[in-house]
Amino acid sequence: MELILPQIDWAPFVPLAPVAIGGLTTLTAELFLPPGRKHLVAILSLIALAAAILLSINSWGPVLDPDRRMVRYGIHDSVVLDRFSLFFYLVLGLIGVLTILLSMGYLHNAAPDQGEYYSLVLFSVLGMMLMAAGGDLIVIFLGLETFSLALYTLAGFRKTELRSNESALKYLLLGAFASGFFLYGIALIYGATGTTILRQITAFLADGHPPEPLFLIGGGLLLVGFGFKIASVPFHMWAPDVYEGAPTSVTAFMIAGTKAAAFAAFLRVFLLALPALHMRWSAAIWVLAVLTMTVGNLVALVQSNIKRMFAYSSIAHAGYLLVALVAGGSSGIASILFYLVAYALMNLGAFAVIIAVQDGERERLLLTDYAGLGWQRPVLAACMAVFMFSLSGIPPTAGFMGKLYIFSAALAGDYPGLAVIGVLNSVISVYFYLRVIVIMYMSEAASPLPDRSRGQAPAVPASAAAVLAVLVSVLGTLHLGLFPARLLDLARQSVSVIAG
Amino acid sequence: MEWLVFVPLAAMALVTAVLVIILRNPVYCALSLVGTFFALSGIYLLLQAQFVAVVQVIVYAGAIMVLFLFVVMLLDLGHELPAWLQRDRPRLLIGAGAVAILLLELVIPVGSWTARAPHGPQTSEVVGAAGNTQLVGRLLFTEFLVPFEITSIILLIAIIGAMVLARR
Repeated sequence: MELILPQIDWAPFVPLAPVAIGGLTTLTAELFLPPGRKHLVAILSLIALAAAILLSINSWGPVLDPDRRMVRYGIHDSVVLDRFSLFFYLVLGLIGVLTILLSMGYLHNAAPDQGEYYSLVLFSVLGMMLMAAGGDLIVIFLGLETFSLALYTLAGFRKTELRSNESALKYLLLGAFASGFFLYGIALIYGATGTTILRQITAFLADGHPPEPLFLIGGGLLLVGFGFKIASVPFHMWAPDVYEGAPTSVTAFMIAGTKAAAFAAFLRVFLLALPALHMRWSAAIWVLAVLTMTVGNLVALVQSNIKRMFAYSSIAHAGYLLVALVAGGSSGIASILFYLVAYALMNLGAFAVIIAVQDGERERLLLTDYAGLGWQRPVLAACMAVFMFSLSGIPPTAGFMGKLYIFSAALAGDYPGLAVIGVLNSVISVYFYLRVIVIMYMSEAASPLPDRSRGQAPAVPASAAAVLAVLVSVLGTLHLGLFPARLLDLARQSVSVIAG
Repeated sequence: MEWLVFVPLAAMALVTAVLVIILRNPVYCALSLVGTFFALSGIYLLLQAQFVAVVQVIVYAGAIMVLFLFVVMLLDLGHELPAWLQRDRPRLLIGAGAVAILLLELVIPVGSWTARAPHGPQTSEVVGAAGNTQLVGRLLFTEFLVPFEITSIILLIAIIGAMVLARR
């Protein structure tokens, strides 16, 4: 039988390659490194991510521009190279770098000599990138499975800790359940259109085939699958337990990375391939957005564990992002992209602070553990305050600009009700974010920390990496708050391919 | 004519799948799942996917189910589930009601749907001309090359994960 080799455009795979190769290299290198030197693996994985970021930047102009092709497709549309994909490669690369930085010191305490951690982080970044760039529903699904499988393992990384085991098991069971919805949705869409490739589905629908009930149900099931991954409200049950139990560095990665990847695929599927579906389902997404914001913020009010509070806060932020999705239009989508960057920076930054202020083996997980931190660790506490201001949307921070863009997109899209509910929710959220600041600066420490009270650099060099992550995030948060135009312009360029 | 084969197979798949959930003895549950797998592989045969049908029997009904049974027996789970896992009638009714509503929502629109969907690319003629296994092989290495490679990474992650979590 004759085997016809396909015409291959390698360009779409170039930014992905360093991450995949990096994952394999770190796995191999880990074998040969003696115990105690495993942190070198972290350096290797940082190099891999840096290469991916540089190649993505490189692809932005020269690869896409000169021949005026703004989109290039990998083998049979499996991976799409456009500015939308590249934007998410950059965001995910940044999330990966910050995650590795904040993990180095943490892992030293939590799970020493487990270099596989970094390969798993790289592989899940790869899965997220594939999900963001997939042009075929099958690739999007496989990308989702890739990062989910790596995250199930990472969530259970502290094997001796019961909560970590619980977190991994819950995430695995509910994640598998959500994957079932997602796959069933893909199957029904395939049944209705005869293809899983997004471009062909669009062509099929544009070709005078109105969306059939079967197709709409398929889209609804996809919506449920995405709803699980972004932790929007009726599908959020897994999030608090999983985020609380997972190792702190992994929680940070899950909160930032999963949301970015899932929203990337969500936008590509619902706005690029299935605009008809977007019209039909925007009423459902409206309800999801309102529920997600309100439930997330109200439940976060009463949390006493800081990781759990962040879990509910991440649910609420998924709600704000859904507001922009309902609003749609190029400014709505650009505001989602902008917000995802701001969201990643402020969450990873806050988690880096949580890790940087931990006390040897003991983590500060309760809000009351933060009493007096403002005087013990002034720099880190000030950074934490910036992240809290940003999360609650107070200027001059990235979170404020992000919310401003989202709510103005909602007004421009003629959803004033949604904008009002969103703003009211932000007001509620101010309470629990600012409570952290109040506790840090206005209450006495129960037991003063030894030695560290002068604010000197921590002794373990690895936790210097977490401090570096804090500084990068705080600079990013303030920079985006003061000079948002550049990133917003990049976001606009990225969405021009999908929102026309 | 196909209906004569399809309806019993579909009924068998549904009944055995329900049995997997409601039977109390884990060994019986596992054996019902074997029944589901066989019924599914029959449906694959009807769709002229002989290769998938055979793989379904060998991999799922064979290897994976044996693994399940091994685990069930090694961990000595072969007796009735503990009381706290047993059925809780009101909740069961609520769950069954919700499932019935969702099922109706699926069935009613699909039932009223006149088959206007296009054929996929793999019609019986194409499959007959190339041969079933050859066609699967060719697709894996051309059209589905990237998904195929991603799957290998997924398997690698699964191996790493199992090793990391099982290691002392």
